[in-house]
Amino acid sequence: MGKRIVVETQDLTKKYDGVTVVDHLNLHITENEVFGLLGPNGAGKTTTILMLLGLTEPASGTARVYGFNSTREPLKVKRLAGYLPEKVGFYDNLTARENLKFIAQLNNISDAESHRRIEQVLEAVGIAEVADIAAGKFSRGMKQRLGIADVLVKKPKVVFLDEPTAGLDPEGINQILDLIANLPQMGTTVVLCSHRLYEVQRVCHSIGILSKGRMVVEGSLDQLGREALAGGRYRIEVETAQPSPQLVDVINKISGVRKVEAKGSLLQISTDSDLRAEIVKAVVESNIPLIQMKVQEFSLDDIYMKYFHEG
Amino acid sequence: MITILRKELADYFTSIRCLILFLLVLLASAAGLYAAHQGIRGAVTETGFAFLKLFTTSGEVIPALVSFIALFVPIIGIALGFDAINSERSSGTLNRILSQPVYRDSVINGKFLAGVITLSIMMLATMLIVSGYGLRMIGVAPTAEEIIRLFIYLIFTIIYGAFWISLAILFSVLFRSIAVSLLSSIAIWLFFGFFYTLMIVPAVAKSVEMYLMLLRFSPGALFEEATMVMLLPQWRGLGILTSGEIAYMLPNPLPLSQSMLIIWPQLTTLIGLAAVCFAVSYIVFMRQEIRTT
Repeated sequence: MGKRIVVETQDLTKKYDGVTVVDHLNLHITENEVFGLLGPNGAGKTTTILMLLGLTEPASGTARVYGFNSTREPLKVKRLAGYLPEKVGFYDNLTARENLKFIAQLNNISDAESHRRIEQVLEAVGIAEVADIAAGKFSRGMKQRLGIADVLVKKPKVVFLDEPTAGLDPEGINQILDLIANLPQMGTTVVLCSHRLYEVQRVCHSIGILSKGRMVVEGSLDQLGREALAGGRYRIEVETAQPSPQLVDVINKISGVRKVEAKGSLLQISTDSDLRAEIVKAVVESNIPLIQMKVQEFSLDDIYMKYFHEG
Repeated sequence: MITILRKELADYFTSIRCLILFLLVLLASAAGLYAAHQGIRGAVTETGFAFLKLFTTSGEVIPALVSFIALFVPIIGIALGFDAINSERSSGTLNRILSQPVYRDSVINGKFLAGVITLSIMMLATMLIVSGYGLRMIGVAPTAEEIIRLFIYLIFTIIYGAFWISLAILFSVLFRSIAVSLLSSIAIWLFFGFFYTLMIVPAVAKSVEMYLMLLRFSPGALFEEATMVMLLPQWRGLGILTSGEIAYMLPNPLPLSQSMLIIWPQLTTLIGLAAVCFAVSYIVFMRQEIRTT
């Protein structure tokens, strides 16, 4: 595909007091995608991000962001990358706007430009109307929104978000997830750490699951789902008006169909590839009214649990 | 670094902590002036330097202004530095700043400089206030030499304060808890200010020479010696003089260059102490893990 790899680690290893937290991790994240980094508590997600940003030195191995070595050229990496820590903190005595302005100044953004950008990001995360209140008075959810604004104000090429939706109300979660989902279109690659699998499923294009500092599995979501749960096959469900044994025979004859199970008027079909068009044709030609048909989607919960138990 | 420095300065000037410190300093200047008002008539002798007497004369009960300053500078220094790094760490802002394209040392440099600048402004203000009111009170204008001596004294005060700021910053880097870093700075101050100079040294010292040597391990004692030599020009040496030597001495004040000569060791030691404290905190901070958990 020729897609550029923006975040890359090679045998990245980190030890804290002799305990290996990240163990020869190899990670590849391509440009303009939302990558979900999953794993149980203590799997090494945050440590990996800190090493990628050059905030922590790896014991061995290299981390690269846009080709820059995070350990040796941290400043170049930090110019391109934004980081939202799990526990985000602000200067309580400064207002939301002043907090953002300080970050903009640290990034050498001119006053006029930073003013424009701050308005923009405050609007985007929905806290524009409280921008002149001291950050110390903010609720957890508002701080979280300010944290996201804070990451975006420097227009990073890649952002690392550690639990960005923690403490948000359902409406806020939706808003932030929409925002995250739109970032790749604006040229920002997103690395999302989260325990909320449905959120990851909603916005991520591909995921990596970490366990005990190792990458258990890495890949795009639907591909992983098929591999994990259906032995690499598609599962298609067909509901018809009445049960029909002939239809089962007809579908069985379509090349690529592995197995057909009938449960009353419901047919569960296992196939090698997406054969929906062929199956519809078969149903219609059998003169049986088709009520609905769908490809079974794999929930990330199932994938996660399966790989995690294996790992 | 300029950005961080500017923000820290703005923080200091708007904080209640600094307001209280300013009030304390103001109170000290008022008390010092009152002491001078009470005692200056008897203190001004034919040696001259009437203006310097404003700072060094104590009243009937109230100590002289220099004693107030010697007492307050460590407190101000500790108050300006004790939570420099660990408050940022515990509030989660350190993470956020360090993930911006800034060198890690500019954070600690900016904080140290902001502290020193705040302290300098406080001290300068004190001395200007006292000079102004003093001028009204005694009606004697300072000579050029007195102004230079006061200026050197100001520099000494700032260096002494910088030592306490860097010590406080060192503890704020070493300890995660703000209470622990504050208490350890205060413990050091109490130890050197009271226990060491008033109890341990007199108890241990077997001779006057040994007494002086041990005393000079305390930064406060160094500062006091420097203060005396600078502001009391007739002070002619910090070592022991035999009665034979005293017999040959003329009771006239030392010229500025000779006073400077006497306190060079004090000056370099204080600068060295401040530099060592700052260097250690710098190195520890540069190598420290950033994560909070």
